[in-house]
Amino acid sequence: MTDYWSMLFVFVLATFIGLGVIRRVSRLLYTPLMSLTNAISAIAVVGSIVVTGADYPTGIRILGAVALFASVTNIVSGFLITDRMIRMFKKQ
Amino acid sequence: MTHAIGQLGAIAATALFIFSLLWMSDPKTARRGVAAGVVGMTIAVLATWIQPEIVHHAWILVAIVAGFLVGVPLSRVPLTAVPQRTALSHAFGGLAAGLVGTAKYYLWLGEGPELLTKFRMTALVAEVILGFLTFTGSLMAAGKLQEIRWIPQRPVTYAGQNLVNLGILALAVILGVLLIAYPAAAWSGFAFPVVIVLALLFGVLLIIPIGGADMPTVISILNSYAGLAAVAMGFVLDNRLLVTAGALDGSSGLILSIIMCRAMNRSFTNVLFGAFGTVQVAKANEDQKEWKQESPEGAAQLLEQARLVVIIPGYGMAVAQAQHKVRELYDQLTKRGVTVKFAIHPVAGRMPGHMNVLLAEAEIPYSALVEMDEINPEMPQCDVALVIGANDVVNPAARYAKDSPIFGMPIIDADKAKTVLAIKRSKKQGFAGIDNELYVHDKTWMLFGDAKGVIGDLVKQFAGGGLH
Repeated sequence: MTDYWSMLFVFVLATFIGLGVIRRVSRLLYTPLMSLTNAISAIAVVGSIVVTGADYPTGIRILGAVALFASVTNIVSGFLITDRMIRMFKKQ
Repeated sequence: MTHAIGQLGAIAATALFIFSLLWMSDPKTARRGVAAGVVGMTIAVLATWIQPEIVHHAWILVAIVAGFLVGVPLSRVPLTAVPQRTALSHAFGGLAAGLVGTAKYYLWLGEGPELLTKFRMTALVAEVILGFLTFTGSLMAAGKLQEIRWIPQRPVTYAGQNLVNLGILALAVILGVLLIAYPAAAWSGFAFPVVIVLALLFGVLLIIPIGGADMPTVISILNSYAGLAAVAMGFVLDNRLLVTAGALDGSSGLILSIIMCRAMNRSFTNVLFGAFGTVQVAKANEDQKEWKQESPEGAAQLLEQARLVVIIPGYGMAVAQAQHKVRELYDQLTKRGVTVKFAIHPVAGRMPGHMNVLLAEAEIPYSALVEMDEINPEMPQCDVALVIGANDVVNPAARYAKDSPIFGMPIIDADKAKTVLAIKRSKKQGFAGIDNELYVHDKTWMLFGDAKGVIGDLVKQFAGGGLH
């Protein structure tokens, strides 16, 4: 049985860590920050992998595969474009 | 054994994600932040993939390859298109959450309705509503930013709009609550898609009344929703890594939304339900004052004789892709001993930090980019304020005109400079559809034309020996 309370606990603590960390992000980097957090929240990829790859009915796995495609797109484009933007700041 | 590896992988990924964001506090360490994110993500993917329940490897491989094929070109877009790419990725994030939620619901409905506990159903309904409304809302935002022809750029409003929008959302929520109460009734399998359709519809309607000037806030809010959808997915799948990473994304979106709202002196609800600058447009100035136009020669002379020039960029610079020309102008002026600073309004452009990235692309040192709060005390000493395609963020009406939609918005005090030069694409109003009295001020000189062309002309004056 899932311990839902501990999940909520994790959520609240993670939000506070998030608020604390993001507050310190340089204003120069808000655009790359957004593409970076975008890539990170594409961690939905792990859920998509399970739905796509487990022994489920085909229809359900198709939904999973589309979700997996969308998540991987976000991961790849998110990290690459963040790096591209940050390199421009780094040069100086 | 694989279970333990999976859990350890998730913990490692969580730590790496937090470091990743921590290193974004400084441009010098930011690249390390990206590397940490990539490593964390790779660990998370592999730790999931090796689990024994994963049996259809080919499917996974195909979807991942397809993701790379689309993702790589998406990361090569010109930097002026970064706002719409960002909106598009919020859409993908929402879509993924919505689809996984849908898949899980029908899976559990088929396997055994007792699996659909109240808690799971609550998380599922939240995930699906948030996911799908983020999907269409972000697609609409991306469409507006890309200026796709059949999506109106201007805010579209009609009587009772908020009532209709909230009604649709309320309907989705009520149906969702019924599903939580009766997850496996005879009608539940049919009610679920209705919730999806309502959420999709709400996403579209939510963005229709929003104009370009509000995009930085809206993109931040959608960012937050995408993160929350991932959190809900974490609750559904009993996955702490998802909850943590989603919460990091959600809080980032929240902070950015708050900063953007403050920079416009508006509340969340006002941005989402206020339909910026549509109703008030009609009240233009009765006693139209005349523009004073300046030639490139005259403008170049003004700039050359200045000690401090403050450049105020806006969306017009992005549209015209003028940042590289601006860099040439910056070089010409600094070479002549003129101090040049860039005044960056938090909501200049179409997303948070938009101007900073464009100017960094043109290799303008980021030490020259100054925040609004820091530049404003310096504006009275500024000899020439050069406004490049910015409008509402320098409109003095924000200080006193109570009936103006931008009243109370903090602005860059361009009007306190000794002389103002403003580059403007046309003689039409700005995005918010409001008159800008700065342009008809006694000390203002206008340069009409595409920002890239006008700055190019200015640079020619310096380079071509017109001035010496």
